[in-house]
Amino acid sequence: MAVERAAAPLATLAASGAVARRQAVSRGSRYVLLGATLIGVAVLLFLGYETVDQGWSRLSIDFLTNYPSRFADRAGLRSSILGTVWVLSLTIVLAIPVAIGTAIWMEEFAPRNKLLALVQLNLANLAGVPSIIYGILGLAVFVRFLDLGPSILAGALTLTLMILPMTVIASQEAIRQVPSSIREGALALGSTRWQMVRYHVLPGAMPGIMTALILAISRAAGETAALIMIGAFTFIAFDNTSVQDDFTTVPVQIYNWTIRPQEAFRQNAAAAIIVLMVAILTMNLAAAIIRERFRRP
Amino acid sequence: MTKTVEVAREVEGRLTATETLPATERISRPAETPIIEVEHFSAYYGAFRALHDVSFQIPERKITALIGPSGCGKSTLLRCINRMNDLVPSFRREGKMLYHGLDLYAKEVDAVEVRRRIGMVFQKPNPFPKSIAENIVFGPRVNGMKFNTAELVERALRQAALWDDVKDKLKQSGLTLSGGQQQRLCIARALATQPEIILMDEPCSALDPVATLKIEDLMRDLARDYTIVIVTHNMQQAARVADYTAFLMMRPDRAGELVEFGETEQVFTQPRDKRTEDYITGRFG
Repeated sequence: MAVERAAAPLATLAASGAVARRQAVSRGSRYVLLGATLIGVAVLLFLGYETVDQGWSRLSIDFLTNYPSRFADRAGLRSSILGTVWVLSLTIVLAIPVAIGTAIWMEEFAPRNKLLALVQLNLANLAGVPSIIYGILGLAVFVRFLDLGPSILAGALTLTLMILPMTVIASQEAIRQVPSSIREGALALGSTRWQMVRYHVLPGAMPGIMTALILAISRAAGETAALIMIGAFTFIAFDNTSVQDDFTTVPVQIYNWTIRPQEAFRQNAAAAIIVLMVAILTMNLAAAIIRERFRRP
Repeated sequence: MTKTVEVAREVEGRLTATETLPATERISRPAETPIIEVEHFSAYYGAFRALHDVSFQIPERKITALIGPSGCGKSTLLRCINRMNDLVPSFRREGKMLYHGLDLYAKEVDAVEVRRRIGMVFQKPNPFPKSIAENIVFGPRVNGMKFNTAELVERALRQAALWDDVKDKLKQSGLTLSGGQQQRLCIARALATQPEIILMDEPCSALDPVATLKIEDLMRDLARDYTIVIVTHNMQQAARVADYTAFLMMRPDRAGELVEFGETEQVFTQPRDKRTEDYITGRFG
């Protein structure tokens, strides 16, 4: 069947008819999508401005080194920063071996059966469980049953549980990214499965695993609900020296200040938010740098 | 429409019909000592049978080519020789695969022991994302061999005809090399563990003609000291490099079967089986 062509010679290639309409829709879509993006950016900028506007004047060395106080202008973040450092350090120590170990076992050693599929499904579900549920679990198991009290250890164990599902899933993802040709190459040279994992899979997956861990830790750094639940909501006016100490963290301190009626405490909260934001952004930046550095061959 | 089906049926009918030649006449025994003896070997992936009752012998210090159309099981057969198919969870086999008279699939056999003696080079060059020297050293190191790094690296690279290309950049990543050089690095890496047999799974299919010729020259050199088994799609390549050629084909049930095995010269100039003749003259496949 022959295609009918216009009799007149082609005069112009400018858009006309259906093409012009499709192009108009295409141009329009660009602005709609830009608008959607701008809404998020605008809200973020507004929040950032409000926070900095309120809290900037309270930022000082004293604010970082003072204990909390019932007088807003003397109160500081000393014990909550120390508590955060303690809890996060312990969380890192606990979470890294468990997360990487679980991910390696599930990807490289576990038999591919229904049980594994069930564990995998549960991991995905656990990653979506609200943090306060982990708080309740931590309260029941670590604080009460194991009788650890509302201690740094109980807090770190709770946060470890909370970030494990997502770090395991992200680590599995990173391990899966290591090409099978590399695995086969290693095995064909007579290496054992563990040697293959140790020398090729793990180094290849490391940037992804590190990124996942740092992002998870920064999420733990901002965690409030779970820690309030296990009882970290206390007035701490001493420096933590042991994992059995009671503790508080920066986000818990922020929450503590925001529920006070006095305006001055809300300024403290805003200032503390600035401190926490800077810390978390720094961690995320570190994650990005690590990822880029390892990526080069 | 119906015409092609008829033709296909006819071809299939002819192929199965000519299967009358007894195996002993299609599959010759090599004159040299065999290093691998395949006896009534069948391979399965789950319910699918990939190899059907394959029996032949691979002679020592010779190049044996496995040829045949896609899906005929030649890669499966190759990967059974160093137990790489163990990695496929649904894999199962029947029959024997003897190496120096020892069954590679006997219960007490450790796949790692097998693989350090029977090395492998893959279709796509797969150097580790590490330095050239580290690529070479990896095998000997994981196998607990004692060695002088500089000597080992130079010897392996010289054997693989890569030394002159890379001697000034041993610390560079193996990934910076060209495709042909990467493949020679993979060969050097396999040689460094001092295997007896080197399996090559279409080692030149990702390479240009010049690099291909270099690898083929290298294979001829290596055949003085090593047994080489090569899977290739390229019949000219088999004719150029191989001492012996095995021709495999898919049966109607899609399982691969060994149609003919013999000296390359004979297989290519005086094929005994009609199917071999059809394949090497380009009538199908």
